[in-house]
Amino acid sequence: MSGPVIPKFGEGSSCVRGDHTFCPGWVRDHWNDTLGPALVQHIELTAIAVGIGFVLAFVLALVAHRLRVLEQPFGIFSALLYTIPSLALFQLLVPFTGLTVTTVEIALVSYTLVILFPNIVAGLRSAPPDVLEAARGMGLTQRQLLTRVELPMAVPAIIGGLRIAVVSTISIATIAAFLLPQGLGYPIFVALKEPTPFKTEIYSAGALAVGLAITCDLALVALRRVLVPWNRV
Amino acid sequence: MSSPAAAGVGATEPAKSGGGGSPGARAAQIRFEHVTKRYPGREQPAIADLTFEIPAGTFCVLVGPSGGGKTTALKLVNRLIPFDSGDITIDGRSVRDLPVVELRRGIGYVIQQVGLFPHMTVGENIATVPSLVGWDKARTRARTLELLELVGLETGDASRYPAQLSGGQRQRVGLARALAVNPPLLLMDEPFGALDPITRLRLQTELRRLHREVGKTVIFVTHDIDEAITMGDRIAILRQGGVLAQYDTPDAILAHPADEFVAQFIGEDRALRRLALRTLADVKLQPNVAEIEPQTRVPSSTTIRNAVSLMLENDTDALLVVDGDNVRGVFHLNDAGAILDAGAGT
Amino acid sequence: MTLADAANLHTFVDAGRFVGDHPGFLATKALEQLELSGAALALALVVALPVGVVLGHLHRGSSVAIGTSIVGRALPSLVLIAAFLTILGIGFVNNMVALAVLATGPILTNSFEGVAGVDRDAVEAARGMGMTGRQILRRVELPLSIPLVFTGIRVAAVTVVATAPIAAIAGGGGLGDIIVNQASYRLAGVLGASLCVMALSAAVFVCLLGLQIAVTPRGLRRTTLGDDPARKELT
Repeated sequence: MSGPVIPKFGEGSSCVRGDHTFCPGWVRDHWNDTLGPALVQHIELTAIAVGIGFVLAFVLALVAHRLRVLEQPFGIFSALLYTIPSLALFQLLVPFTGLTVTTVEIALVSYTLVILFPNIVAGLRSAPPDVLEAARGMGLTQRQLLTRVELPMAVPAIIGGLRIAVVSTISIATIAAFLLPQGLGYPIFVALKEPTPFKTEIYSAGALAVGLAITCDLALVALRRVLVPWNRV
Repeated sequence: MSSPAAAGVGATEPAKSGGGGSPGARAAQIRFEHVTKRYPGREQPAIADLTFEIPAGTFCVLVGPSGGGKTTALKLVNRLIPFDSGDITIDGRSVRDLPVVELRRGIGYVIQQVGLFPHMTVGENIATVPSLVGWDKARTRARTLELLELVGLETGDASRYPAQLSGGQRQRVGLARALAVNPPLLLMDEPFGALDPITRLRLQTELRRLHREVGKTVIFVTHDIDEAITMGDRIAILRQGGVLAQYDTPDAILAHPADEFVAQFIGEDRALRRLALRTLADVKLQPNVAEIEPQTRVPSSTTIRNAVSLMLENDTDALLVVDGDNVRGVFHLNDAGAILDAGAGT
Repeated sequence: MTLADAANLHTFVDAGRFVGDHPGFLATKALEQLELSGAALALALVVALPVGVVLGHLHRGSSVAIGTSIVGRALPSLVLIAAFLTILGIGFVNNMVALAVLATGPILTNSFEGVAGVDRDAVEAARGMGMTGRQILRRVELPLSIPLVFTGIRVAAVTVVATAPIAAIAGGGGLGDIIVNQASYRLAGVLGASLCVMALSAAVFVCLLGLQIAVTPRGLRRTTLGDDPARKELT
């Protein structure tokens, strides 16, 4: 992991020295050492968090679907989690897992889990009772009911949850910069520390973060259109 | 590749188009023997010592007031509800003998809200049970097209989604789906209850036609006595608590209600309803004596009830029965009463 | 691993001691944070609440109302704070505005959904009785929309309080000053301040929930704990 190279103001182009609002030249020059790596790190952080969170949420949701017990404790857990500022959560984990990617990932996975679990459960429940009755009457086993009816019908809710989870995670991952020099939050963090905050770096990293979120959201919407031909909302 | 055993009780090769054939091959005989079902915490049993037999190929209607246990009785057959004592046999074999999943795959089941899978096309819906029992694609496809025609839908409908269909079309798909593997028994739980009267009438007529063509045993639940009389070869009237009040042909029940409850349930106009069961083609008409020239002409397909109604409306007591150019005879108002006296079931 | 565990718990104990040693200081910081959060929330309320209510009443602009939440979720708080810093300079105002932007999403969306989602039959009946639009809004739609509107305010408040620490890097003050300054306060201090922020946001949550229950018309009272419409599935 290479640290980004921040130009000293004296050395930069006239645009940078004059602290104009936006210097495209700087962006081009420092894409490879600053913005690019940060973007890649950010995508990595998000992908791991959403991937693990999704798997966990899916397994838990399948269990909760069969045994209703899980829901209440989970509801309380998620309400509590939302009161914990992401930065505080990161800090709370540091004593246990140190200033590492693991710490960040644990926190991110928690937030993802809390979003995805209720959505997947709701999705599994979305099959109307008459559909389930007809299916049972036709002789589908419990497992076939799940794979042929309940899961396919849960896809819209699952994708809805994924959209929220991905966008939230991308947003929260910027805070990781307080702990690690990783992700798109770091260039912003560093730029803010300069005597005069460096606008271009802030705007470009910020735009990348927002752009990433919007792109992922649109991609998931497109995925939904492909997977759910029967319910074009 | 398909195994008849896996297809459930008695299911056989798909019917050749054109239907017909002996009902026994593709229809099952059902027997209820002292069946009792009691829900925990309730004093009254939902079904009490229910015993009757449905011959193969019969269209049997279970009718009665709400809570009378007719839907419960239906669901006992495919074991969606378990029963406490007694037995239900299909072609002599107890429904408890088979694994329940296999049993259900061999019985067609149609419910009021249809319960089509919204995430599957019409074709995929129909193909559900065939795919469960292992039919290959070609066979399933051929059967789907056959069924679509049978229930009055178009080939193109196979790739549409339930959300794009009307209520009547959905119910047709539900019927096609239930018939997919040609089960010998069809269970129908108030299938037309949610439809508007015009669609309901149309589907009732088509179901009658279908039954004549395909000849399966059907158990049909409804709370509407008119529907029961229209549809049924046999009617089982269930009283509160699943007690069998009367089990007979529509005409017999109308002619001789077993008790006060049945008489009230079928209504005071049962004589007129009996007249609705027969048409002028079924009765012996008087010759057209030259002096009597009835003003009103009707085809012989008119029910006797409508004939009486016409006579009252036109203030006459005779009708000329004519089919096209063919004069069949004269029907007098007096003859209507005689038909009722002639006895039930003839 | 056990030795490390001992070390970890040790840190929490240290954090507890930090809190115990500096109650006044922490209280001042907490108050600072509440001030900032309160101002931001008030700003968002003044702007977003009327807009949401009016749009909901007219049943227009749903894409705008719902879109703000989606966009709000995609805007990282860090980016917002940094951006406003560059525009408005360092201090109280830039952070207040940034946090207010964050709070706008839930408030706008929920007040829209709350008012627009009122039982159509009730509104129809009111119109049939001869109420004017304004009367319908005041007597029917607003009371019935209280659960959702308040949930939005609650979510916004907790979000703002929880995000305020990040504003410390932009001169926002509050408990964030401690959390971002590990060099001065060491892990114990940072941890202690983090716990305080948690307690603060939990307190805000509970207070607003209590307020919501108190204000909700009796016929509508039901548990809305954990109801976060901002999390609602986007299906």
